[in-house]
Amino acid sequence: MDLAFTPEEQKFADEVRAFVRANLPADVRDKVKNGKHLIRDDYMRWQQALGKKGWLVYTWPKKHGGPGFTPAQRYIFENICAEEYAPGIIPFGTKMVGPVIYTFGTEAQKEKYLPAIRESTVWWCQGYSEPGSGSDLASLRTKAEKDGDHYIVNGSKTWNTMGHWADWIFCLVRTDSKAKPQEGISFLLIDMKTPGITVKPIIMADGGHEVNEVFFDNVKVPVENLVGKENEGWTCAKFLLANERLGIAAVPQSKRGVEALKDIARAEQDDGKPLIENQSFAEKIADLEIQVTALEFTELRVLSQMAHGGQPGPEVSGLKIRGSEIQQRITELTMEAVGEYAAPYLPGLLWQGTNEAPVGPEYAHLAAPRYFNTRKTTIYGGSNEIQKGIISKMVLGL
Amino acid sequence: MDLSLSDEQKQLQEAAERFVRDKYAFDARRKIAATERGWLPENWAQFAELGWLGMAFSEEDGGYGGGPIETMIVMEQFGKGLVLEPFLPTVVLGGGMIARAGSAAQKEALLAPMIEGKKQFAFAWLERQSRYNLADVSLKATKEGTGWSLSGHKGVVYNAASADEIIVLARTGGSAREPKGLTLFVVDAKAKGLSRRDYPTQDALRASELTFDKVSVGADAVLGKVDEAFPVVEEAVDRAIVALCAEATGCMDAINAGTLEYIKTRKQFGVPIGKFQVLQHRMVDCFTNAQEARSMTLMASLKIDDKDPTVRAKAASGAKVQIGKSGKFCGQSAVQMHGGMGVTDEMAVSHYFKRLTMIDLMFGNQQHHLTRYSNLAMAA
Repeated sequence: MDLAFTPEEQKFADEVRAFVRANLPADVRDKVKNGKHLIRDDYMRWQQALGKKGWLVYTWPKKHGGPGFTPAQRYIFENICAEEYAPGIIPFGTKMVGPVIYTFGTEAQKEKYLPAIRESTVWWCQGYSEPGSGSDLASLRTKAEKDGDHYIVNGSKTWNTMGHWADWIFCLVRTDSKAKPQEGISFLLIDMKTPGITVKPIIMADGGHEVNEVFFDNVKVPVENLVGKENEGWTCAKFLLANERLGIAAVPQSKRGVEALKDIARAEQDDGKPLIENQSFAEKIADLEIQVTALEFTELRVLSQMAHGGQPGPEVSGLKIRGSEIQQRITELTMEAVGEYAAPYLPGLLWQGTNEAPVGPEYAHLAAPRYFNTRKTTIYGGSNEIQKGIISKMVLGL
Repeated sequence: MDLSLSDEQKQLQEAAERFVRDKYAFDARRKIAATERGWLPENWAQFAELGWLGMAFSEEDGGYGGGPIETMIVMEQFGKGLVLEPFLPTVVLGGGMIARAGSAAQKEALLAPMIEGKKQFAFAWLERQSRYNLADVSLKATKEGTGWSLSGHKGVVYNAASADEIIVLARTGGSAREPKGLTLFVVDAKAKGLSRRDYPTQDALRASELTFDKVSVGADAVLGKVDEAFPVVEEAVDRAIVALCAEATGCMDAINAGTLEYIKTRKQFGVPIGKFQVLQHRMVDCFTNAQEARSMTLMASLKIDDKDPTVRAKAASGAKVQIGKSGKFCGQSAVQMHGGMGVTDEMAVSHYFKRLTMIDLMFGNQQHHLTRYSNLAMAA
């Protein structure tokens, strides 16, 4: 047992750092560092650079065109990207639909879709939740009816993240309304340019637009866009969710977040002294840092099991729950640190290049929007209550 | 980076599991706790035979070249069985301090027989006023010829009644609570002027109040350097904390397993109570808490050998905070989910709960270590 990197791992870490420094566009780095909103092109420039290097799909095995990283390499890669303020890789293609396609798809589908995911030339989005189907996902009602060599899709999807930038959407649709809820669902790939698709923004509490409602009105989808067998889409859905759990804990981002919080607490004044010298506040940060360390070592234990050919143990189930709670706690303490200067609402400042003058320090006006926005983490990807239900049933056998 | 156990470590884990399974069934433990010593010499002899008493010491010190990971492995299983043998005071604390600070002669006279199972130790540091401050020591050692004379009081000294030697932290200089001016002495447990009041603890261990009335020791009784004991003690206590964290992890696994079993079988309103969502979610929280405790224990076991004392101290305190938090959550939840049965002596759950509660108090509770961690982490 050894926490230190081997010489090969150290060499790899140096290579990753050099690559990120040479290839991450400076303006994108600045936006991430300053907590500004990113636009599609910002993500694409970085992802395409990674794609050229073969690292965008860093979780994929070699046989599907991934780099086949060891778990230690994966850990190094994720941490260094976060330390260097690289934007998070958009998961819909790389971590969600890509692995579904290489696991359940036909050879033709692999050939058609995987290269564009590896190189980030196509932006994917997800069509899972519906207005009436949130936690009870299997109750979804968006219908796909076969008509010759096409499906005709009708219905709507919601909480669709970044769909306004997407080229393609992967959807769960109902293909058999008489079967049990889980047994009549299929997994369909749909071109967002297909006639009959409308994307309507949902504005969030922080004033931002990142999610949408997507409407399908007699949308014609070729049958060859079905992944896996008809009515067996729930298998793909579950596979995708399980695959998503690892990495959703966002440990490197949270480590970075705690350091940023400390910087803010050093800059803010409290009773004539830096806030960080307030024992009670310092202990809140300390407690948070300990939580992040516990999460990090839980993830490392899982990675180590996988390195030795094991399957992720039950530990992995708790990662999403604790990871999301920690992300929220960071934003909560940041707002607490800023105090009343969190109040000014200056949405223009969330974007780089605005002419609006900041009120108070730059970090202050971001604190409240971040806090409001991050409430989503315990809700999305299966709410934490749903996660507990899954652990209770699948792991504890209750 | 590799966080998996080696083949030897896996064998050690299996051997420790086997020991607990064979020797520490709940009723067997109750019998051991009721013996005069409160632990079994035959078990101690078995530890020696299996090499557990020497596993964490270097080969130069007569050990078998293992380290904190070996200690973690064994302590975790001890936690599962609520093992009563005085491994922590003798091996982790006593042995640890002798290995770190002892002379060649002391190692030969003390460490070698300890590894063979022929000597046991107790560590006397706490005094009535000390609370969690390791430097709040007023028991005085004054020069007496070439040797020293010790007078004062020590409290809650685990294993003092069974120990052959008591390792005593005494003030030889400096003012009250000053880290400088502390010295460690190895005192014969039967020394003239040393009296004891023995008692069992809440968690069925044995401890004593010790009174030193002009106890004379030779110059060779000093362990390490005069006035310079504090760093030795602080490091030994950090190591003991990490070992305790491993024990707590084992306790949590056992108490969670027992509770899970209970809520699957106990029926109310015509169904097993584990069918109720409110209990399911609480059980999941227990499970997550135990995972975090395991992760922090592993982290601390890996970092406790770090040469930077800040890294070491942060690792130990961070883990102790987690164990305090998780241990309390798992313990209280287990009792609550067992209902009335949880507060009876008859069920194992109350015994794990008591041990977890006492572990939090040992060498600084959750709040104490949060403050210590915070002071270390915010300074950077």
